[in-house]
Amino acid sequence: MSYLRMAGQFVVIAALFAAVAAFSDAPVYRQTPRGSAIVMLTFVHSADRKADCRRLTPEEIQKLPPNMRRVTECPRGRRPIYVELDLGGRRVFQASLAPAGIAGDGPSKVYERFVVPAGNHDIAVRMRDTPRTEGFDHERRGTVTLSPDQMFVIDFRPENGDFVFR
Amino acid sequence: MIGAIRGTLRFGFEFIERPFERLFGAQLNPLAQLGALGFFFFWIVTVSGIYLFAFFDTGIERAFESVEYISREQWFHAGVMRSLHRYAADLMVVMITVHLLRQFAYDQYRGVRWFSWFTGLPMIWLLYGSGITGYWLVWDRLAQYVAIVSSELLDRLPIFGEPIARNFISTGTLTSRFFTLMVFMHIAVPLFLLFVMWVHILRISRPKVNPPRMLAAMTLLALIGVSLWKPALSQGHVDLTKAAVEVGLDWFYLPLYPLTDSWGRGGVWVFLGAFSLMIGLMPWLPPLRRARAAQVDLAHCNGCARCSEDCPYEAIRMVRRSDGLPFPTQAQDSASLCTSCGICVGSCPSSTPFRRSEELKTGIDLPDFDLKTLRERTIEAAKALSGPNRVLVFACDHGGGRGVVGAVHLPCVAMTPPSLLDYVLSRDLADGVAIAGCAESACFNRLGIVWTKQRIAAARDPYLRARVPRERIATVWASTLETRRVTAAIAAFVQRIAALPHKKLRSPQAASAAFVQPHTPPVSTEAGSAP
Ligand code: HEM
Ligand code: SF4
Ligand code: SF4
Repeated sequence: MSYLRMAGQFVVIAALFAAVAAFSDAPVYRQTPRGSAIVMLTFVHSADRKADCRRLTPEEIQKLPPNMRRVTECPRGRRPIYVELDLGGRRVFQASLAPAGIAGDGPSKVYERFVVPAGNHDIAVRMRDTPRTEGFDHERRGTVTLSPDQMFVIDFRPENGDFVFR
Repeated sequence: MIGAIRGTLRFGFEFIERPFERLFGAQLNPLAQLGALGFFFFWIVTVSGIYLFAFFDTGIERAFESVEYISREQWFHAGVMRSLHRYAADLMVVMITVHLLRQFAYDQYRGVRWFSWFTGLPMIWLLYGSGITGYWLVWDRLAQYVAIVSSELLDRLPIFGEPIARNFISTGTLTSRFFTLMVFMHIAVPLFLLFVMWVHILRISRPKVNPPRMLAAMTLLALIGVSLWKPALSQGHVDLTKAAVEVGLDWFYLPLYPLTDSWGRGGVWVFLGAFSLMIGLMPWLPPLRRARAAQVDLAHCNGCARCSEDCPYEAIRMVRRSDGLPFPTQAQDSASLCTSCGICVGSCPSSTPFRRSEELKTGIDLPDFDLKTLRERTIEAAKALSGPNRVLVFACDHGGGRGVVGAVHLPCVAMTPPSLLDYVLSRDLADGVAIAGCAESACFNRLGIVWTKQRIAAARDPYLRARVPRERIATVWASTLETRRVTAAIAAFVQRIAALPHKKLRSPQAASAAFVQPHTPPVSTEAGSAP
C-alpha cells in the first residue's frame, strides 16, 4: 500500500472524527429566550384526610366487631388539592390536583414551569387542601426580582404549612 | 413503500461505498467494518472509562472538581482519555446508525436474519442509556440540563411516586442518592450492552468483531489526534438556582432533549415508542418470502464438516452419526437459521457434476434450487453460447451481474461447487467462466466472496483442481449500480480468452466415470478437491 494512499485514508478518517467531535458540544441549544427567567411551581403534598372523617352513629358502632369499634370513619382516599398561581396579577395556573395512587391515597403533585421576562414580578400562590369550597388554607404573595436565567422555585412545606419562595 | 425506501437507501449506500472501497480497498473499507468498529469503539470507551474512574470522585460534591482536574491539570493523559471516552462513545452512535441503515438497505434483516436486527433494538436503548448517564456524572451545566430533562421525561411515566425532577431544581431538596445511582448505572448499563452485543452476533459465523489492524491503528491515531485538537471539556459547575437553559448539546446522544420543548414529554415518549415498535416489527414488514432451507441427504454426507465451516449463519451443526455409516459425524441443518444461500452446496465434496447419475444428489442441497437444477441450467446456458470465445457467467442475484442475460443466476456465487467450473471447462461447455458477485465489501451472504476466492486460489476446501486453467476463470465483484462495469469486465475477459492459445480440454476418464452408488459415501478426491 502506498504511503500516499494511507495518508488519504487517514485524512478521511480524521476528518470524519473531527466532524463528530465538533457536534459533541455544539451548536449550543437555548431552551428559553434570552433575558427570561423561570418560575417553577412544584410541591408534593397530601390533602388533609382527617377533615373528611365522619362520626359513626351508635347503631353503626354496635354493628362493628368489639375489637374494631371506633367512633369515626375516615375514607382511605384523599381529596384533590386546589391550587392557583398568579403572576403579575394574571392567573397563569389553576388546577385541581388529584391524589396519586390507585386507591387515591397518595399525595398530590405539581410540577409546572413558567417562563417569564427577567425583572420584577408580583407572585401570588394559593391552595386549598381541606373540604372547604371557598377561600384558601394556604396562601403567599410577594414581589420578587428575577435575574436572567434564574430558576425561581415555589415549593410548599407541609411541616409548617406554608409556601416557600426560593 | 418500505421497499421503495430500502431501494433508495441501497442506491445511496452503493453510491458512496464505491469511492470508499476505492480508497480503502475492500479489506479496510470502514463501511464494511461497521460492526467491528462498534466493538473497537466499545473497547476504547471501556479502557478510557476505567482510567477515568481512577481519578473520578463519585460523590456529588467533588465530582465536578475531579473531572476538572482530569481535564486541566492532567490533560496530557487523563484529559486525552476523557476525550477518547467521549468521542469513541459518540462514534458508537454514528456507527450504530449507519450500521442499522446499511443492514436495512441491503435487506439483511428479514427472514431468519431477524435475530440480529431484533437484538439491535435493546442495544440502541442501552447505548443511549450509557451515554446519558455518562453526561450526568460530570455534574456540570450540561449534566444539570440532562438531569432535569431526563427526570422530567421519567416523571412522565407512571413509575415514580414523587417527581424525581424536584431533586434537581432547588438546592433544598438535592440528594446525592440519585447521583450514586447514576454512577452505578453508568457502569451497569454498558456491561449489559456488552452482553447484548455478544447475543447480537450469536447467529453469525465468524462475525467481524475486530477491525483489520491497519484500520484499528488509524482509527485510534485519528481519535487521539482529534482529542488533542478539541479536548472534551465541562460546561461550568452545576448551579441549581440558575436554570440550565443554554447548553452545548451532544447532538449524538441528546437530539431528542430539545424536542421535549416542542413536542412535549409525552410526544417524545410516543416517538420513542413508535420508533421502537417500528424497528421491532420491521423484520416482518413484510415477511421475507424465502426459498426452503437447505436439507442434508445423509446418504451423500461423509461428515467432513466443510458445509458447517462455510455456512455464514451458524445453520449447520455437526452431530453424532445416526445412520450407521462409518463416519463419526453428520451435518444437521437448522431451518430457523438457514438463509438458503446455497454456500453449503458449493462446499460439499459430494457436489460433483461429473457424476452421471440421473438424480444428481449431494450431501446438502437446496430443495428449491438443487444441484441437479444448477447443472441443468449450466448446460442449458452453455448451449446458448456460440462463437469462438464462449464465456459462461455465474451471477449472484444480489450483485451487479443479476441482470446479465444468459447467465446462470444463483442466490450466491459460492453455491457453485468448484468442480462445476472444472466441469464447464473440461467438458468444453464454454471457453471461459466468469463469476459475477456482489461488491467486495457488501457480500449479501457475508462470506460468499471470500470462500469463492479462496476456493479458486486452492486455499480452501473444496479446491478448484490444479488442472483447471485459472486464466479461463474471471471474477467481477460489483454492486447493482455497476452493471456496466460487469459487462465491460466480461467483454475484457472475452478478449483475454481470445488471446489465449486454443486449448481443448478433456475430462479425464476417472472423473467422468465417477458414479457413486446409492449409500456409498462420497470419496473426497472426486469433489475436485485434490490438486
Ligand atoms: C453496539 C452496537 C452494535 C454492534 C457493535 C454491532 C455489531 C455487529 C456485528 C459485529 C455484526 C456482524 C457483521 C458481520 O460480520 O457480517 C452485526 C450484524 C448485524 N447487525 Fe449489528 N451491531 C450493533 C447494532 C445493531 C443495530 C442497532 C442493528 C439494527 C437494529 C443491527 C443489525 C444487525 C444485523 C441485521 C446484522 C446481521 C447482518 C447479516 O445478517 O448479514 N446491529 N452487528
Ligand atoms: S444455505 Fe447458506 S445459510 Fe443455509 S445452511 Fe447452507 S450455507 Fe448455511
Ligand atoms: S459431506 Fe457435505 S453435507 Fe456432509 S458434512 Fe461434508 S459438506 Fe456437509
